[in-house]
Amino acid sequence: MPAVTETIDTVQSLTQSGYKWGFETDIEMDIAPKGLTTDTVRMISAKKGEPEWLLEWRLAAFAAWEAMVEPNWAKVGYPKIDYQDIHYYAAPKRPAPKSLDDVDPELLAMYEKLGIPLKERAVLAGVEGAGMEGVIGSGNPNIAIDAVFDSVSVATTFRDTLAKSGVIFCPISEAVREHPELVRKYLGTVVPVSDNYFAALNSAVFTDGSFVFIPKGVRCPMELSTYFRINAKNSGQFERTLIIADDGAHVSYLEGCTAPMRDENQLHAAVVELVALDDAQIKYSTVQNWYPGDANGRGGIYNFVTKRAACRGARSKVSWTQVETGSAITWKYPSCILQGEGSVGEFYSVAVTNNRQQADTGTKMIHIGKNTRSTIVSKGISAGRSDNTYRGLVRILPRASGARNHTQCDSLLIGDQCGAHTVPYIESRNPTAKVEHEATTSKIAEDQLFYCRSRGLSEEDAVGLIVNGFCKEVLKELPMEFAVEAQKLLAVSLEGSVG
Amino acid sequence: MLSVNNLAARIEEKEILRGLSLDLPAGQVHAIMGPNGSGKSTLGYVLAGHEGYEVTGGSVTFGDADLLAMEPEARAAAGLFLAFQAPLELPGVNNANFLRTALNAIRRAHGEAELDAVGFLRLARAEAKRLAMPDDMLKRNVNVGFSGGEKKRNEVLQMAILRPKLAVLDETDSGLDIDALRIVADGVNALRGPEFSALVITHHQRLLDHLVPDRVHVLSKGRIVRSGGPELARELEANGYAGVVADAA
Repeated sequence: MPAVTETIDTVQSLTQSGYKWGFETDIEMDIAPKGLTTDTVRMISAKKGEPEWLLEWRLAAFAAWEAMVEPNWAKVGYPKIDYQDIHYYAAPKRPAPKSLDDVDPELLAMYEKLGIPLKERAVLAGVEGAGMEGVIGSGNPNIAIDAVFDSVSVATTFRDTLAKSGVIFCPISEAVREHPELVRKYLGTVVPVSDNYFAALNSAVFTDGSFVFIPKGVRCPMELSTYFRINAKNSGQFERTLIIADDGAHVSYLEGCTAPMRDENQLHAAVVELVALDDAQIKYSTVQNWYPGDANGRGGIYNFVTKRAACRGARSKVSWTQVETGSAITWKYPSCILQGEGSVGEFYSVAVTNNRQQADTGTKMIHIGKNTRSTIVSKGISAGRSDNTYRGLVRILPRASGARNHTQCDSLLIGDQCGAHTVPYIESRNPTAKVEHEATTSKIAEDQLFYCRSRGLSEEDAVGLIVNGFCKEVLKELPMEFAVEAQKLLAVSLEGSVG
Repeated sequence: MLSVNNLAARIEEKEILRGLSLDLPAGQVHAIMGPNGSGKSTLGYVLAGHEGYEVTGGSVTFGDADLLAMEPEARAAAGLFLAFQAPLELPGVNNANFLRTALNAIRRAHGEAELDAVGFLRLARAEAKRLAMPDDMLKRNVNVGFSGGEKKRNEVLQMAILRPKLAVLDETDSGLDIDALRIVADGVNALRGPEFSALVITHHQRLLDHLVPDRVHVLSKGRIVRSGGPELARELEANGYAGVVADAA
């Protein structure tokens, strides 16, 4: 099918259903009672069969969290969250599968529906899932997937293939058991337990997530990907991801996420830590498509996430690419601590808000080492009655001689009831550093749309062309097969924003 | 081909077209001339379906269809093309990609197969060459950073690729030097044939020296006040509109 027709079909099917990933799966679940106390923390740790040191670590985080207050500096508004009214643990009842063959068929069916085939055979045979738009890794034989369902990982594909090159890719709860020395060495070293309110909460109650270790000199032979799904009602998802690239290692990792449509808001507070040693490179891409709530702002996910990379090694490089289209509220600042000499941090972001969505997102680039470089390209698109804020920090410390930063920050407005805000913070304490900041704000004009339509394009196609043109610097940073999905997702997210 | 009957239109509260009638048979080129503010550009916008203009009376048939009932994109698919007086800029949108998407939208509307990127580029390069446009104009963003003359030539390139049945050229000659003027006129002349008609809105005789019209109409205060052959344009060039407009009043 031609790409344009396909997009139109996608858009049409979405007009009817709104958010097509919004179905609920009926699985027998093991759910902890609502509420959060030290007992909850102990219960989660016991469920996971964790060693004593990790329980102590969680309890310290919980104590820190209790002493903290929820941050309110972001340009987002929401009713007070009752942290005692959330289930902190929800997992399918069936015992953890030993192999893919043991995974609950209901779950496999759900992932098929999402377009995430969890059968290696099927993937290898090139069998494609239905309705895969906007999700990741669909039917691509070169992608290993870890599937996280509510609080636990339910399957991880291609582990044996990866193990042959020494790559470890598994649920973090398993890594705690199988590779405790690695987890203990790195966990919480990039995002300390008391870093911020949501990171402390995550550290106390995190349930699962992905763990990746790429040994010295290894280029990971396939794309790694984690697919997060929130399903249970009134539960929160608190996943934890830890990726370590040893000297000279290279890895490209991608995450995607969806959730059912519900009238209540649900909390997603994740922590992602990346560690890049000498000459290592990590490319971390996100296609975030949590349920954004309905047109009136009812329901949707609160996406309060802490993502940070430590470029510890000389010449190491971390590149964050994000396409953020979902969530009722996004609070997220993937950052790079550029410690190694000549290390490089990049942040490429497209954030789309429509209807009543609110996004406060950006990055932090902390230049510590000599000749460190960072690039920030942020594209914010606001439509409907939404609010979209770029918030970014570039900090050059005294020892960072020769540091460079270039920031490009563009906003596109669709309609006249939305807001775009840009809040850059620049702190330079080294006279040899160079920091550049460029910003633009533009609007899709009625006359531009008329011009396109007079050439035969539909209004949707016209908006799609203009929006994709606006974002293309960022989309080209995504792995190729995902760039196409991301383009479709943009069209879908802006459905109904004009006319 | 095009039949305009007693057309009336306004923008906000301002009446601009007040009972305009015009018949443009297939295969003919008609020129529309007239003083500033007489409604020339409004006619182009109303024919193309600009939503800022409200049609308050009259009718327009295009082929067998009721043109005014159609969406702008459906008019384009039916073969109408408006070359804008001030073409819009589309930042970030590649000219070739824009044109291919437009061409394929129109082909799809006709149930024809879409043209792939390679086939399209071959077509577009050939047309660009005929209009003496450098290849890189296809790679640049639509009209962004184009000079006035380049924008006008880009309109003619779009027309050449989309192959309309009826082209409305709104002062496509303004801002062009003599050479560019000839190239634009040649571009339109190349499309002339029994299936192609054009409505050429212009202030100047000089375009009509290269693009000789079958009929010339003079528009004043939203109506056609006089029609004639190509000699009418020369008369206007010599004597101005005052006599013609006063005669009609």
